[in-house]
Amino acid sequence: MVKGLKKLARSQLVFPLFALLLLVIFNLIRDPSFFSLSITTNNDGNTVLSGNLISILNGASELAIISIGMTLVTASSRGQDISVGAVAAIAGSVFVSVLRANEVTVPIMLLAFLASCVVAVIFSAFNGTLVAAFKIQPMIATLILFTAGRPIAYWINGGATPTVESPLLGNIGSFIPGIPIPTPIIIVIIFVLLVSLVLRFTNLGLYTQSVGINERSARLNGINTAWMKLLSFMILGVCVAIAGCIGVSRIGLINHETLLLDIEMDAILAVAIGGNSLGGGKFSLSGSVIGAYIIQALTITLYAMKVSSTAVKAYKAIVIIAIVVISSPVVKKYALMLRDKLVKRPTKVTENE
Amino acid sequence: MTSNNGLVAEKRDKKRREPISNTNLLLTITICTFICMYVLAMLIWGGGFLNPQQFLDIFNNNSFLIVIACGVTLVMIAGGIDISVGGITALVTMACVVYLDDHGGSVIGSVGLALGIGIAFGLVQGTLISYLEIQPFIVTLAGMFFAKGMTTIVSATPRTAAHEAFVALKESRIIIPGIGSYGKSGNFIPAKIEIGVVVAILIVIAVFAMLRWTRFGRNLYAVGGNRQSALMLGINVKRTSFYAYLVSGLLSGIGGYVYLLHTGAGNASNATTAEMQAIASAIIGGTLLTGGVGNIVGTLFGVLTLKTISNIVVASGLREPYWQSITTGLMLCFFIIIQSVILEIRNRGGIKLKLSEQIKVKAGKVESDLPS
Repeated sequence: MVKGLKKLARSQLVFPLFALLLLVIFNLIRDPSFFSLSITTNNDGNTVLSGNLISILNGASELAIISIGMTLVTASSRGQDISVGAVAAIAGSVFVSVLRANEVTVPIMLLAFLASCVVAVIFSAFNGTLVAAFKIQPMIATLILFTAGRPIAYWINGGATPTVESPLLGNIGSFIPGIPIPTPIIIVIIFVLLVSLVLRFTNLGLYTQSVGINERSARLNGINTAWMKLLSFMILGVCVAIAGCIGVSRIGLINHETLLLDIEMDAILAVAIGGNSLGGGKFSLSGSVIGAYIIQALTITLYAMKVSSTAVKAYKAIVIIAIVVISSPVVKKYALMLRDKLVKRPTKVTENE
Repeated sequence: MTSNNGLVAEKRDKKRREPISNTNLLLTITICTFICMYVLAMLIWGGGFLNPQQFLDIFNNNSFLIVIACGVTLVMIAGGIDISVGGITALVTMACVVYLDDHGGSVIGSVGLALGIGIAFGLVQGTLISYLEIQPFIVTLAGMFFAKGMTTIVSATPRTAAHEAFVALKESRIIIPGIGSYGKSGNFIPAKIEIGVVVAILIVIAVFAMLRWTRFGRNLYAVGGNRQSALMLGINVKRTSFYAYLVSGLLSGIGGYVYLLHTGAGNASNATTAEMQAIASAIIGGTLLTGGVGNIVGTLFGVLTLKTISNIVVASGLREPYWQSITTGLMLCFFIIIQSVILEIRNRGGIKLKLSEQIKVKAGKVESDLPS
């Protein structure tokens, strides 16, 4: 029992779970009915679940998916991709333009999704090539698409915000008739299962970690480090495409300026809250996913406290600074020294006497 | 035997005597690109490009960018990065407008406020990055979001300054004697520059002097070039990088005030892509991303190149706003790849030189030892 507790205390999940617990308690004290669920009927006549809990789970879907890809990129290339929002806008634009060119049916939607995936993977591979082959720091390399990505989406759309009128698209963005859970939540569950199966049955996770921990020794052990970095960026591309398509489906139109705005900050935050080192190496996908839900819970809490949507950024920035300060090696060292001072010093003194 | 050694030494000397150092090579590329581009633009589109006022307008419109790009260059030379500069600029404009109009502030007070905000950001970010050893990108990203969020907290709606003394300062122009153009009716219109341009030029000169002739400036290069050897040489690495962020914060405060002097309005969407443009200018001007190499003159030419490209894009008929961002991205990509290739070549050359020297010295020793 004690051994189990000690193991839990050392696990990197302890911090995110503690933060989530803190948020839940804070919300329950502030408003006891914050997490109550209710069953309502929506405009289309479906019986659906609603409540803050559902809106947190639903709203964090895109973030959770992107943070999975971001975790892999962070682990392998020791940096973060800051162009995810821009690439998602490009993917969403491709998705919409394919849908608008055809009548919306299930096969066409799959085709549109595949097209957006391919485009997103190409753009991410561009980032990945800069990082893997030209050895540029990831954040600088992705600065190019961060600057040029949304304008490219604008160019694909021809300068407008095209809409898609289709009940089928609405099903993806909100509810499939007969199922009371929002579809994005189901997509996240399927995607997380898929990724964890891939990590369980392939060497992807091990290789990614080894590249991040020590690139030289990974290469000497026969791992193609450049390819692993490129692969992690391409996986992120797929994640970004899925997130972009969900984002488009929610509102039925593509706005290149606002689609998944500032999601790069949230994704980096999710990776950091999940207990992953932003300097690469070991990673935990479950931590990042929990981190994504913590961020969404924080956002919803701030909204509930009547903070305006543009000001939420400032509070999130304070949270991210607090987290990186707590997890900084220097602070950890001082904390350990302080603990030694408080706990060990007295015993030493008695020994001397 | 000795003649052989002499030959080797001579060869080595020849190898070492490079015609141009990497810093100057990058700087030369930038200046040549800029001059070629401007001359070509003059020849092809003529018109506006021949007007000296349009050339000075590049300065008038982008003096704030020159100022904040100087700060970013300093940080990049020291091996870090600062992307909070754009956010700080927006926050300074908004805070100063609100202070001037709503709280009855004076012009001097607003300058103080701008400097104060810049220094506060520089202090916090510098402490976190240098003394707590947190990744600079994360800290300054958070700084950017904090500044942008704070801007909307200060005032959610865009504001325009109506303070009399300030507006008078904003409207004042400096006439440059002897340069100008002839209007349609044949009258001579002298070229004018704004006060912000003078501030920007003064800052460029000051930073140039600091980088070249002060201990702090040389320390920045040492820290950015090789942290470990800088430490062993007795340089206070942490304090040097801390001061770099502090100066960068201060310069973004000044940049924010210069921006306000140009537009006279506080808006949360002010200077939205300024950090990217500042970094792009520094990179185009030959500052290496890995630190240790860079030049303020290059950064100045980086800004000019970037903005001339935008003018050319507009002149060639691509008036949609997205073309400017796309060309900025393309230029950034081009110069980043050039840098990466140059670095790669330099690294390979360095390794080769070291190895061959060691081997030669060893071989020479063995040979000279044998006869005795």
